[in-house]
Amino acid sequence: MNDTRTPPVGKLPAPVRTLRDRGGLRHLGLVGALVLLCLVGLVTRPDTFATSSNLVTLLALASTIGVITVGMTFVIIGGGIDLSVGSVMALASVWATTVATQSYGPWVMALCALLVGTATGAVSGLLISYGRMVPFIATLAMMAAASGLAQRLSDRRTQLVAPENDAIVALSTTRVLGLPILVYIFAAVVAAGWVLLNRTTFGRRTYAVGGNAEAARLAGIDVRKHTVLLYALSGLCCGIAALIIMARTTAGSSTHGYLYELDAIAAVIIGGTLLTGGRGTIIGSILGLLVFTVITNLFILNGLDTSDQLIAKGLIIVAAVLLQQRTANTG
Amino acid sequence: MPDIKDPLLVMSGIVKQFPGVRALDGVDLEVLPGEVHCLLGQNGAGKSTLIKTLAGAHQPDEGVIRLGGEEVRLTGPVAAIRLGISTIYQELDLVDGLSVADNVFLGHEKARFGFTRTADAHRAASELLTRLGHGEIPPATEVGSLPPAGKQVVSMARALSHEARLIVMDEPSAALAHDEVDNLFRTIRELTAQGVAVVYISHRLEEIREIGDRVTVLKDGRTVAVGLPADTPTREIVSLMTGRDVEHVFPARPAPGSHEGRAEVLRVEGLSVPGVFQDVSFAVREGEIVGLAGLVGSGRSEILEAVYGARRASGKVLVDGEPVRGVSSAVRLGLGLAPEERKAQALLLEESVARNITLGGLARYARLGWLDRGRELADAGRQIDELGIRPADPGRPVRTLSGGNQQKAVLARWLVDRRRLLLLDEPTRGVDVGARADLYAVIRRLADEGIGVLLVSSEIPEVLGLADRVLVIRDGRNVHESDARELDEHRVLDLIMEGSAL
Repeated sequence: MNDTRTPPVGKLPAPVRTLRDRGGLRHLGLVGALVLLCLVGLVTRPDTFATSSNLVTLLALASTIGVITVGMTFVIIGGGIDLSVGSVMALASVWATTVATQSYGPWVMALCALLVGTATGAVSGLLISYGRMVPFIATLAMMAAASGLAQRLSDRRTQLVAPENDAIVALSTTRVLGLPILVYIFAAVVAAGWVLLNRTTFGRRTYAVGGNAEAARLAGIDVRKHTVLLYALSGLCCGIAALIIMARTTAGSSTHGYLYELDAIAAVIIGGTLLTGGRGTIIGSILGLLVFTVITNLFILNGLDTSDQLIAKGLIIVAAVLLQQRTANTG
Repeated sequence: MPDIKDPLLVMSGIVKQFPGVRALDGVDLEVLPGEVHCLLGQNGAGKSTLIKTLAGAHQPDEGVIRLGGEEVRLTGPVAAIRLGISTIYQELDLVDGLSVADNVFLGHEKARFGFTRTADAHRAASELLTRLGHGEIPPATEVGSLPPAGKQVVSMARALSHEARLIVMDEPSAALAHDEVDNLFRTIRELTAQGVAVVYISHRLEEIREIGDRVTVLKDGRTVAVGLPADTPTREIVSLMTGRDVEHVFPARPAPGSHEGRAEVLRVEGLSVPGVFQDVSFAVREGEIVGLAGLVGSGRSEILEAVYGARRASGKVLVDGEPVRGVSSAVRLGLGLAPEERKAQALLLEESVARNITLGGLARYARLGWLDRGRELADAGRQIDELGIRPADPGRPVRTLSGGNQQKAVLARWLVDRRRLLLLDEPTRGVDVGARADLYAVIRRLADEGIGVLLVSSEIPEVLGLADRVLVIRDGRNVHESDARELDEHRVLDLIMEGSAL
């Protein structure tokens, strides 16, 4: 990802350094942490940690929140925050698994999940940009409303994916080269997110809007439209995540995605994205997420309490941010 | 007279080394009690570092600081304040949501057992404000509701509340309008009359002549002149600052009337924003620089914003005959704005120079949203060469550039594709004297290439020296329009002030 080519202009000094390049060092720390955690896994659970079934579980676990994290990275770099991701995913999963939707078959179910996610995200975006609401408040409201709507639609019951719509569940059960299809979906979303952020005008404008919204506006960027698109993108990611969780649990439910927003935001922050916007990377977010997932996995494998797991997560967030501040100050 | 007193502050041989830069390389400064001592120097000369050393924010590596004859060590901001040195920075460090009195006593509140004593604080704040000649500011007012000039007075009152003997002011006039500056000077005189010494930093030489007693000039981290009288000729001071003689700061203009036959790039008819400006009409022709002169608050910046589509207004704005509808359409029609607050409104400070340059025309480098980064860098590189942005490194964060070079990066943003009209709001604010001439030359060259320029500046000589035609704005109305060569500073000031309260 680091562009160190000499620019094609005669007099300019090589090499071109961008901020993204210096982000590489930060990623090194995350990779180190990940390697360390894997070593811990190999030492404490030599029999189970490195088995293919455990690694598949791990990746499947990471996929759901991972897809959401990609959308969240865009929103946070763009200077916002999306608290509604967990309940929007739940709503999308419920809407896609109602009896009515299921009667149209798996493709319509999938489309429904994506549409519901995108539309809800766009509504948050409209409230923030044209309604001039603070992102925290607008998405907090959406978090409550979407959750309520999901409960109402499902009557708080778990809606199983009907046997004739097994194609949805197949995303989890069918394996290609040893990995379930949903892992490939995750990988595709990450790749698409990276390209969108680093190689397109949309990505560049996201950095601009988050870094200095006024400057972006006066440079001719339609900041409000861009904001709507950012939240719609986050919603779309929630829709994709809904598909993945439907495949994994064979059901849609209003209880899906509980507190996912916290994990997603934490992953983005650990990954080095500034909560104030303007700086950040997809790779960092995904590494942050993997660190989280591996820890969860280690705790489960070693039969430790989930409460200890939460404490460990809290400590990691604090440690990561303290570490970043130190590197930021010295760099 | 100052010269019979013992100096209040003596700094000698101050050296401050940062990684890779020797910011101060043997600076001497001597300040007498009750004098206004001006500190001059180009950006990067070491003024900021010197102030921070005085404020206790930096520790010098070598050198001695004596205060009232005793050697002192300013180990931190608190130590400096205790010794009676207060610093008022450009960005005033006041809390907008607190009252005037709360701000004055922030950190050393009037309190007993942790409970604040509001009445005491108000009374004491009132006394301090009265000492500064501003007893009219109510101590209970929220600071956020005060104009910049009022905030400055509050900052000075805070300095007095610490029993400051020396107050350092970093470009206090930068945010003020003409009449507010007079007010500031009155306040400073109140201070000095009470024996407080002021170290005054400003880019505006005429101010220094008015308020200053003596001048110290810094260049490249060294003192090149200590304690010159403030009436030293401008030419001499500028040559000390730049190391060269500056005679013709402004580039040559085409003959008067030479734009008459050319096409109108911009036509503004009956433009109004209720309560801000009314019924403003004018035109800018190809290759012409039109200056708007007026006080801060007269509506000049707002006129620029309205022309750019960034502010709702009634009336007509036509670019090559096409109406402007919002910023995006303005940009599409070939307008570019270099806004007043460069850092807040124009730049992505953490991003590279190249990315800042290409921000305005991103779509140019994209096919279906996909960026061609090679072309982007090539264009940015060409602009860096053409405008002489230094250092010529497209990957460097724009934050690390000097004011003049940052401004060039903002201009470059609008030059990557053909522009019709540039709107320049205070293009030389915070840009040092040497770099200004460079910027003026760039602006004139762009006009000579056929671009129309609409220029706003608080500095009347700048408008008169750079523009072809001048519009004088008073209280939101266009009160005068003529060739720039037919006006002088006094005439413009008369036009600006006429009918106002003063």
